[in-house]
Amino acid sequence: MVAYLPSDGPDPVADCDVAVPRTGSGTALEAGPDVPDAAEIARIDPLDPLVIRRDFPIFERDFGGRTVAYLDSAATSLKPRVVVDAVNDYNTRHTANVHRGIYALGEEATALYEGARERVARFIGARDRHEIVFVRNATEAINLVAATWGRRNIGAGDTIVLTELEHHSNLVPWQMLIQEKDADLEFVPIDDEGRLVQESYDALLRTHPKLVAFTHVSNGIGTINPVREMVDRAHRAGALVLVDGAQAVPHMPVSVAELDCDFYAFSGHKALGPTGSGALWARRELLEAMPPYMGGGEMIREVHLRSTTYNDVPWKFEAGTPDIAAAIGLGAAVEYLVGLGMDRVRGHERLLTAYALDALAHGVPGVTLHGPRAGDDRAGVVSFNLPGVHPHDVATLLDREAVAIRAGHHCTQPLHERLGEAATARASFGVYSTTDDIDRLVAGLRKVQALFS
Amino acid sequence: MDDLYRAEILEHYRHPHNFGTLEHPDVVQEGSNPLCGDRLTLMLDVDEQGVVDEVAFTGRGCAISQASASMLTDRIRGLPLAEVAKIGRQDVLDELGIEISPARLKCALLSVDTLRRALEDRVAWQAETEEEPA
Repeated sequence: MVAYLPSDGPDPVADCDVAVPRTGSGTALEAGPDVPDAAEIARIDPLDPLVIRRDFPIFERDFGGRTVAYLDSAATSLKPRVVVDAVNDYNTRHTANVHRGIYALGEEATALYEGARERVARFIGARDRHEIVFVRNATEAINLVAATWGRRNIGAGDTIVLTELEHHSNLVPWQMLIQEKDADLEFVPIDDEGRLVQESYDALLRTHPKLVAFTHVSNGIGTINPVREMVDRAHRAGALVLVDGAQAVPHMPVSVAELDCDFYAFSGHKALGPTGSGALWARRELLEAMPPYMGGGEMIREVHLRSTTYNDVPWKFEAGTPDIAAAIGLGAAVEYLVGLGMDRVRGHERLLTAYALDALAHGVPGVTLHGPRAGDDRAGVVSFNLPGVHPHDVATLLDREAVAIRAGHHCTQPLHERLGEAATARASFGVYSTTDDIDRLVAGLRKVQALFS
Repeated sequence: MDDLYRAEILEHYRHPHNFGTLEHPDVVQEGSNPLCGDRLTLMLDVDEQGVVDEVAFTGRGCAISQASASMLTDRIRGLPLAEVAKIGRQDVLDELGIEISPARLKCALLSVDTLRRALEDRVAWQAETEEEPA
């Protein structure tokens, strides 16, 4: 962990009355001469967030004479008008169930729903739209794999390898599975800068796990994991690989073909889509061999009183009427992101992340920043602690300034145990985030410090 | 922003009363806030007459949860359990005297909820403590 501390002056942690443990090695960093200022970022940013903001109706809302500085995109993203319109359009003009109606509306609804599947498939580099299963979110996608592939393929004494970075959604489903199967979990540790210890990973692979499941990007500290290299090594060890892409898909180019993983899960609502939208991608042969998840309508081919044959993939995994509007909204969201260009999205967020890490390190005395320093393997998730101020108080007070951040353990309690913090404050970015949002964050944090001093 | 946390709250946070441990407590109860991972350990000595003789707490939390624990422990020291049982969630909020948003209610009530569990074998809590405050 890199703790950015002022190079001189009294130690703010030692001076405060309430003990706040400092994590990590406490490396002091000098001001980065390579970090551009706000004007320079505005000039070189591949996106113009001020233009993008016009597409997001929420910025029309007044929060006490200003717009909201929304810095919680890792929890859920804001929604552009095209997504809202796509959902409305289905509900107002094309309402019907999918795969059923022998009438114009039914065919339109089916075309919109399956069109969204095609868009999502292309967006994440899938070769075949039949490899996209619509789910509610990444959590459901991972539970689906655990309950179907996992139940069939994990047995007593088998090992699943996870990491210390995982969101509870990529942890609890596997705990439930191994309890049922009397199997084992092992965990790749992180180093003090929040990167996975690859030597430990290799050592765990030598135990021949059946499955390796890890996050593409940490929602807790912003680490971008070297997915392709980790997948290659897992495959050489005979393991399948599930990647939790919830924090990657909205923020950078993702191609499941290039990553060469076996399962890829993500939430649509973090990628500008509606809540209730998400997708599981899996290799077609895996999906075909997997038993169904839930039973009901749509997932069947033929049903008799005592037996059923199942539908083709992906519909085999989509029992019951799906959230049609959400799926169509997700299709509009990924089309919007494609229009922006995911390379540009990543370029924009990379600049903002460097700016934020620098602004916090040099503008907020004593702040502890978690996760890797700005660079190729750092995403736009910035978790931090202020000495002597609990993250909850930070978030409550910033809310008074219309600055929205997350405080807590961000569904990564084991990671926070590793960091030695019960909770952290977290600012996370999206396509609409600006240096002004970050300036408001820093100004708000200085007010918090003044109040608690 | 500074009208939200009045000076008394911040003072309790900076210098919490009854912060520490008891050597041979009669009752030890841990409480936690699953939303944020905050923890509180409450220790009580109760004498033969059923009076809270001594009380202490440790743990980590935000200004609201720490101030509320500090105030609550002040309040119950020397109080008979029959009186402690009358302390409701709303009393705790009233004593804090600040606007608590729904998201922060668990922080404000962690101490009284922990106290209630600590003493649930010994006293019949009044029904109102079970209610979510309006």
